[in-house]
Amino acid sequence: MEILLIFISAIFVNNVVLSQFLGVCPFLGVSKKVGTAIGMTAAVTFVMAIATLVTYLLQYHVLVPLHIEFLQTVSFILVIASLVQMVEIIIKKISPSLYQALGIFLPLITTNCVVLGVAIQVVSNEYDFGAGAHMLGLGQSLLFAIATAIGYGLALILFAGIREQLELSNVPKAFKGVPIALLTAGIMALAFMGFSGLV
Amino acid sequence: MGKNNKLQLIVDGIVKNNPTFVLVLGMCPTLGTTTSAINGLGMGLATMIVLILSNITISAISKIIPDKVRIPCYIVVIASFVTIVQLLLQAYVPVLYEALGIFLPLIVVNCVILGRAEAFANKNSVGDSALDGVGVGLGFTIALTAIGLVREILGSGSAFGWKFLSGDGMLAFVLAPGAFIVLAYLMVAFRKITKKA
Repeated sequence: MEILLIFISAIFVNNVVLSQFLGVCPFLGVSKKVGTAIGMTAAVTFVMAIATLVTYLLQYHVLVPLHIEFLQTVSFILVIASLVQMVEIIIKKISPSLYQALGIFLPLITTNCVVLGVAIQVVSNEYDFGAGAHMLGLGQSLLFAIATAIGYGLALILFAGIREQLELSNVPKAFKGVPIALLTAGIMALAFMGFSGLV
Repeated sequence: MGKNNKLQLIVDGIVKNNPTFVLVLGMCPTLGTTTSAINGLGMGLATMIVLILSNITISAISKIIPDKVRIPCYIVVIASFVTIVQLLLQAYVPVLYEALGIFLPLIVVNCVILGRAEAFANKNSVGDSALDGVGVGLGFTIALTAIGLVREILGSGSAFGWKFLSGDGMLAFVLAPGAFIVLAYLMVAFRKITKKA
């Protein structure tokens, strides 16, 4: 039951992009084609699952026992940056075809605030799945990261589909490019607000 | 550089290189923290402080940093300043600390700061980098305050916390959709005013 709650809440109700505004830059940047949106989603899901796992262990087995929680931001971003680099090298060795597909998106992920945002959220003990805020276990944190990534992908792919259509329509000159994309995102966010009663 | 050029650096950061309306960088805090004018202003100032300090530091040490590992080095410098700002806010302005929430540590991954480090601070003098930080920081702060002000007026009928309408405003403008829509229209207005479209 709780697993279902985590998934519905992270994908629809608290969608990372459309209600929490995390990862908006790549959301606007790589959403011009459905193909690239799918590639980006795969890369984000992959990195986010690993990053959440590592930062969770770092928080509870290094930072908290040593009472250096104030180093959270510095250590998390370092872990994520080096992780992205490592994942890139490993994928390149193991599966060149996957590397070809994800390649260009991997370096972009370091500055994608979804990854750091979720890593901080899972250890902040403030996440509420409708059952009251409590400390998340390792498994729950991992599930939450994956669900968040799926929500990110859902928004990104839907948005890319709409933007492919927008390319063909006649947009007023001042609205061309980012403004019309933002308006579209605003309307999508309105639609996603409809999910808010679910959990 | 003459005095006019120094001034030009600051003006460029606000108008020609406006991080929000022209470069479209740092969208997450722009959308996430501008629920009111005060929050927008607070976020803008916090980012500006980190930006100025990191620009100064990075331009000062850019000759020592090996080229291949420069991005991780920049990130460590930025993250340290973010942590300092975070601790200061928590101690002295807890209300703002609560309001900005997760977006405060996320200043680390704000592409405005890394972007200025890479595009300006690592090849210019310390003084110019500081001025660039002031200019771009001001541009960011002005944009965030403007978005926050519009959302606050439409969404809760008040400006900088001063309530001039009784009852609730259009709640959607305080919530997520309003952020996207207000930013879109302000961006169009900025383009019209600066004659870009």
